[in-house]
Amino acid sequence: MAAMAPGGASSSEIYKGNASRLLLPTWVVIGVFLLVPVALMATYSFLTKEFRGGVIWEFSLAAYDQFFLDRGLFGDEPPRIEWTFITIFWRSIWQAGLATLLCLLIGFPTAWFIATREARMRTVWLLIVTVPYWVNLLIRTVSMKFLIRDEGPLNAMLLWSGLIDQPLGLINTNLAVQLGLFYSYLPFMVLPIYAAVERYDFALSEAAADLYAGRWTTLRLVILPVVKPGLIAGCILVFVPSLGAFLAPDLLGGAKSFMIGSLIEEQFKGAAGNWPFGAAAAMILMSIVMVVLLVYARSQTREAKA
Amino acid sequence: MTGTVINIDRVVKRFGTFTALHEVSLDIAENEFFTLLGPSGCGKTTLLRCIAGFEPVSGGQIRLHGEDIAPLPPFKRPVNTVFQHYALFPHMTVLENVMFGLQRLGWSVVDAEGRAKQALELVHLSQFLKRRPGQLSGGQQQRVALARALAPEPKVLLLDEPLSALDLKLRQAVRMELKQIQRETGIAFVFVTHDQEEALTMSDRIAVMSDGHVQQIGAPREIYEAPANRFVADFIGETNLIEVPVLGISDGMAEVSLPGGRALRCPTPLSRAVGQGVLSLRPERIDLCPASEADLTVIATDQVYLGTDIQLKAQLAGGQEMTVRLQNAEATRLPERGTEVGLKLEAGAARLLSA
Repeated sequence: MAAMAPGGASSSEIYKGNASRLLLPTWVVIGVFLLVPVALMATYSFLTKEFRGGVIWEFSLAAYDQFFLDRGLFGDEPPRIEWTFITIFWRSIWQAGLATLLCLLIGFPTAWFIATREARMRTVWLLIVTVPYWVNLLIRTVSMKFLIRDEGPLNAMLLWSGLIDQPLGLINTNLAVQLGLFYSYLPFMVLPIYAAVERYDFALSEAAADLYAGRWTTLRLVILPVVKPGLIAGCILVFVPSLGAFLAPDLLGGAKSFMIGSLIEEQFKGAAGNWPFGAAAAMILMSIVMVVLLVYARSQTREAKA
Repeated sequence: MTGTVINIDRVVKRFGTFTALHEVSLDIAENEFFTLLGPSGCGKTTLLRCIAGFEPVSGGQIRLHGEDIAPLPPFKRPVNTVFQHYALFPHMTVLENVMFGLQRLGWSVVDAEGRAKQALELVHLSQFLKRRPGQLSGGQQQRVALARALAPEPKVLLLDEPLSALDLKLRQAVRMELKQIQRETGIAFVFVTHDQEEALTMSDRIAVMSDGHVQQIGAPREIYEAPANRFVADFIGETNLIEVPVLGISDGMAEVSLPGGRALRCPTPLSRAVGQGVLSLRPERIDLCPASEADLTVIATDQVYLGTDIQLKAQLAGGQEMTVRLQNAEATRLPERGTEVGLKLEAGAARLLSA
């Protein structure tokens, strides 16, 4: 031991000393790519908009005001609640929530199936699940548009088989967006759950069965609680990007399936944009996500203490 | 002898083309500490898992108080298991772990908690009710596993090498405690181990298994002193196995010709005369003696100092190795390496087995 830690310094001191210097790149990255952008966005949301895009450096609450309050066309009416953007947010939240639920319902059995194959086959199955996702998301979403549009192969096949006599009219609906979201983020659900199930000790299931628990009871009281970190990770990884998605609603959805991602995107695109409003919408979106995560984290610590 | 709890009747277990259990039959009595002993791969754990219900049998019956439980899933069998690596539920407290089985059986929370606390008291863990398994040492986890399996008062408790993950000192202490708990609760224990010392010290009866067959069932003393065959003699304790010509067998006694020409009468499980047999000689029942009284004459080749004992390695004239264990008394005089030594076989040293 003395040879490993000369001068009587404990090894942990040595590692801590090195760590502060070696962690410098990490701090730079976190600062430049995470903290500064968020600070910039927060700042922009409190500035005044320039009509051809960009901002005027003048403090203003106009962006938030515009988001939540309706003061009439000329801004001179008594303020009422502005439902337009709240509706878009609400739609985004339930679309993302539904996509998360669907991914969970399909992803858990899929991950379970893969994790319980023999080691060699697991790699093959994981590859099958992930390879489609090596293709760019835009291309996959456009492909889905071609697949499900009224003249596309899905409708052609169903018409030919005689199951339907009218095209389904899927395209430009909330359902199409849902399909797009579900398909875009499914692997983000499968992979963390797979990792959790692969570590799961199947002796626990045997112990539960030995102690008079049937299959469903075992699933509910033992398996799900033990792999819960994987389920939570999967849900976060699907919910958060779904909430801000703009490709699927843009390409597959119609006017009535407009989502936050598209709303924000529009504010920064071209001359019609409104940067402070886009920044404010992004800040509100981020706050929602953070509140959800904080509530979850609090419930976890409370559970651990109990 | 009290009644039979478990009657294992010609149980066969196949995994694909591999047969893990060949028509195994045995009875386990109420109140008994019964051990399945054998080397790894002998089928002892498979048999235990068949009793628990984790492995469906390929043939035969497992009767619990006369009723065939082989078709039942594990959660409908009134037996409980202590797993090798404990398999405690990591997300539950110690108390919740022990209450789990009781609640599945429909006990109210209050009743289940009372019984669980009793079970934890039995294993001296009452102070850790609110801890999680991850916060306990290996020995403590092992006790929780024991309490969890005992709480529902199973007809039979199955233990799958429960001591193998503990260190030596702890293992020796837990042995005695397990035996005591078995006596206190009166539940039949079926204990799986590959450790013969564990089996000999704890068991009322032992079934020695190898290659999916039961080789012998008997009390520890019987297994050690009257092994039924060569495998048992070799597996339990140390022994010297020497091929000898058999002169005759009658009434459980055999007359054989020792290397060097002397005739010896010794017990045997064989009933019919065979031309050639294997003589099992327990090393601790052989002593040094003057050449004139010697049953066997050997050349001393090596000695190993073991503290309480000294192991003498020697060679028969035919070149076969032999081991003799001598007590490490002050008067023990050890022969020089390479010298000729006379060996005396004490009573109970020799047993003739089939070749």
